[in-house]
Amino acid sequence: MHSGGIPWLTLFLLIPLAGAAAMYFVTESTARWIALAATLADLFVALPLWWLFDPQTSQMQFTEHVAWITAPPIYYSLGLDGISLPLVLMTAGIMPLCVLASWTSITTRVQSFMAMLLIMETAMIGVFVALDFVLFYVFWEAMLIPMYLLIGVWGGPNRLYAAIKFFLYTLAGSVLLLVAIFALYFYGGHTFDILALSQGTYPASLQMWLFLAFFAAFAVKIPMFPFHTWLPDAHVEAPTAGSVILASILLKMGTYGFLRFSLPMLPDASHAFTPMMVGLSIVAIIYGAYMALAQVDLKKLIAYSSVSHMGFVTLGIFVLNQQGIEGAVLQMVNHGITTGALFLCVGMIYERTHSRLIADNVGLASPMPQYATLLMIFALSSLGLPGTNSFVGEFLVLIGTFLWSKVATAFASLGIILAAVYILWMVQRVVFGVPLPHQLSKLKDLNKRELATLAPLALLVFWIGLFPNPLVSKMHQSVNNVIASMARTKVAPTAQPSAREAAPLLAGSTEPLKTEEISR
Amino acid sequence: MSLYGTDLLALLPELIIVVTACLVIALDPITPASRRDLLAWLSLGSLALCLGLTMGQIGVLNIRVSAFSDLVVVDAYARFWKVLLYGVTGLTIMLSLPYLKAERIHLGEYYAFILLSLSGMMVMVSGADLLTIYLGTELMSLSLYVMTGLNRSNPCSREAAAKYFVLGAFSSGILLYGISLLYGMAGSTKLASIAATIGSHGANDPLLLIAVILVAVGFSFKLAAVPFHMWTPDVYEGAPTSVTAFMAVAAKAASFAAFMRVFVEGLGGLKADWSLLFLLIALATLVFGNLVAIVQTNIKRMLAYSSIAHAGYALIGFVAAGRATGGTPGLASVMIYLALYAFMTLGAFAVIGMLRKGGIEGEEIEDFTGLAKRQPLAAFLMLLFMASLAGIPPTAGFIGKFYVFMAAVESGLAWLAAIALIFAAVSAYYYMRVVMVMYMREPDPSSVAPRLVTSPALSFVLAFAVAGVILFGLFPDPLVSFALQSVLTLK
Repeated sequence: MHSGGIPWLTLFLLIPLAGAAAMYFVTESTARWIALAATLADLFVALPLWWLFDPQTSQMQFTEHVAWITAPPIYYSLGLDGISLPLVLMTAGIMPLCVLASWTSITTRVQSFMAMLLIMETAMIGVFVALDFVLFYVFWEAMLIPMYLLIGVWGGPNRLYAAIKFFLYTLAGSVLLLVAIFALYFYGGHTFDILALSQGTYPASLQMWLFLAFFAAFAVKIPMFPFHTWLPDAHVEAPTAGSVILASILLKMGTYGFLRFSLPMLPDASHAFTPMMVGLSIVAIIYGAYMALAQVDLKKLIAYSSVSHMGFVTLGIFVLNQQGIEGAVLQMVNHGITTGALFLCVGMIYERTHSRLIADNVGLASPMPQYATLLMIFALSSLGLPGTNSFVGEFLVLIGTFLWSKVATAFASLGIILAAVYILWMVQRVVFGVPLPHQLSKLKDLNKRELATLAPLALLVFWIGLFPNPLVSKMHQSVNNVIASMARTKVAPTAQPSAREAAPLLAGSTEPLKTEEISR
Repeated sequence: MSLYGTDLLALLPELIIVVTACLVIALDPITPASRRDLLAWLSLGSLALCLGLTMGQIGVLNIRVSAFSDLVVVDAYARFWKVLLYGVTGLTIMLSLPYLKAERIHLGEYYAFILLSLSGMMVMVSGADLLTIYLGTELMSLSLYVMTGLNRSNPCSREAAAKYFVLGAFSSGILLYGISLLYGMAGSTKLASIAATIGSHGANDPLLLIAVILVAVGFSFKLAAVPFHMWTPDVYEGAPTSVTAFMAVAAKAASFAAFMRVFVEGLGGLKADWSLLFLLIALATLVFGNLVAIVQTNIKRMLAYSSIAHAGYALIGFVAAGRATGGTPGLASVMIYLALYAFMTLGAFAVIGMLRKGGIEGEEIEDFTGLAKRQPLAAFLMLLFMASLAGIPPTAGFIGKFYVFMAAVESGLAWLAAIALIFAAVSAYYYMRVVMVMYMREPDPSSVAPRLVTSPALSFVLAFAVAGVILFGLFPDPLVSFALQSVLTLK
């Protein structure tokens, strides 16, 4: 489209990989600078996409299509739409901050650490831009080993257990995805092209099986209740950058998977499973929040709050209407920003007090005013205060849910109240508690590097919170497209209008309620 | 007589290998111990020559040359396996050079036996007659028994050789018994005649079923498929590491090649029966192999069970080929799988063979503790091999599993693929444990630090293996099309 011949997405994938390869030849201190340069370079490749992206179409943009394997036909096929664009930009934005956050906290095998971060970046972006199902799967699985090493080599005391638990959970979840991909290939006209598969129609019973296979892969990654048990372990033991990557980006892949695959490819099954998915989402929202209440470890608290927040995302997706899904995509970005920032905050205080326990980090407002201010901002964003980013996302999700069921909305709203409880209680102790006497003199406020790490995220919190429209308008057409493809089997089971044809019908309508009738 | 000449020409690669083996035996006594490397290079030279010859034959694809009145065929299928076997044998010889010296068992006859074993394998993959295949199997196995016991000062090595010999002879007997029943039925041991008899007689003769089961059992021993795998862990552990690598890769590949030819060309009429039989065997093999591998502490034993499990995955491709809806994709997937398995397994064994603890070989998984700190490159290579064995993309192991499971889903065995993939996830546990020990454990300062023996030949083996694991993981096309073309001559 607008790419003007520049293979943006390939560049995007190759820059971190080149940085990772360079790590073999450099010393520790250069490794940090190279990693920062590579991630920043990637961000500068990503930024033009924001302006070049055409929000008027639901078509894939910046596409690349090169034959990769001939038998069966697999393509190196990339593209962006309004759903993947925000996630890709978020990934590119978060990674330099991860490098900065690891600047002094990682002291052993720095080159390998930075190489792993950069390989992760390539794989994560690859997941969001892949338009071939096998290519997607390759990126999806390629993340396992670097993440395993990030947790297992540079993690906390119980890292071995956490690393293998993460590895096995996610691997076991995703192996069934491969079988589902094959099944789709044989039923969907011998192609792995995601767009073509999204337009196919599959027998209802097959759809049920495929949905469950997709569910196994994506629900573990998100993680949805009851597959969430790896998350607190992994978060607590991972180094700060690892936690940030996990929370901000990895968890989004599951919800992205639901949006990109389950909904358009398996519309009948998605409708059939909606009550279950909504139910599990609400359980996750309330259960995660309750667990967060009880935590004494800051990282665990945020980990459980992630379970709760991701419940909002899956809820928004599976109420299957425009507000819900747009809220969900927005909430994916918001959660990436806010929770990532909170993990960065915990990492910074851990570097000072060497404890993540709330009891050891009390009353930071007086020794560390700048830190306390930023922590407050992110904490308030996490509980969804109006004016911050999460408010917009959660509000949209709740509107969507309200259209689906009022009872469900009431239960989901409980999560927001509980979030206020656990967040404010945490803030009350950590920021405004009576400081421990021996800490007052010892603690230094944020240095310039740390400020530079948190400030961009704080800006984004308010920018999205006050002006969500630029972001939401980018995803509008693509979300419509998903809803239209959902509707295709319901509207005309015999004619099978393709998603591409159905999209223009809805493209003109800015009234969100129109789509509502179709999806119900 | 001119016909006789072309027969010999068709078997020229086999003849070259046998003659070189004899030459090595003859030259061994007159070669000073310090110059024994020359025998290895001589063997490598003969392999290169044969590789050239066989590649030259590949120019005329889809032509099936029968020799010695149909006892032996030279077709694209056999050529595929021969090229693979040359490569594996060559790499094994290179990896043996430094290993045997470090173990102080650098004997000239080792190279003769490895070549004789190879010639047996070549006969196996080319055999179109049950007896030819049987002879090839025996030639391969007898050489392997000797090589297993090569380390005479090590009681484990002697025990392994004895065990291998007894069980191997036993399984050969069963195979031969099955062959004799088939001969009784068909009046011939030629695969084509057996297929014709089954075609005209129908497949309902109980004697025929018994014969098929006996042949299947005999081959299952060679493939190390459950429940006929009992010899594998002890033999793999006791044999010198270079021999273990050779057995795990070359012997398995050759056995699969002969096995597939027998069951597809000879017993293809009984597809429905044997595909069910092998479905059960495949399932048992991959479940058992993966579960028992978890509890191993010796890395060679662990890889023995892992090789059992991999035979299970490969069998799935074969089972898929036997289904009504399956066919060549399943057979090709087995070929692709075993070719890719060769790279990662050889690589893993090369690293194991390098690792020394004091004067002896470090064989325990614990011996890899902290390797990432001491030898980052070797640890990284091992990480890649382990990831590939676990089937994590973008390594070759993933491509192998990809084609096997795709064939399974295509022939309506999605449930089998799902079970197998879940066990592939289980297998990741023990492969990743090696990674964990290398990268995440601090070495105990009081213990003897393991060190690595390196040599140019070994570095070449590692470079070759890692190139295969990465390049075929990213660009499998050449291998896939080679396999897809080669499988066409299997009828």
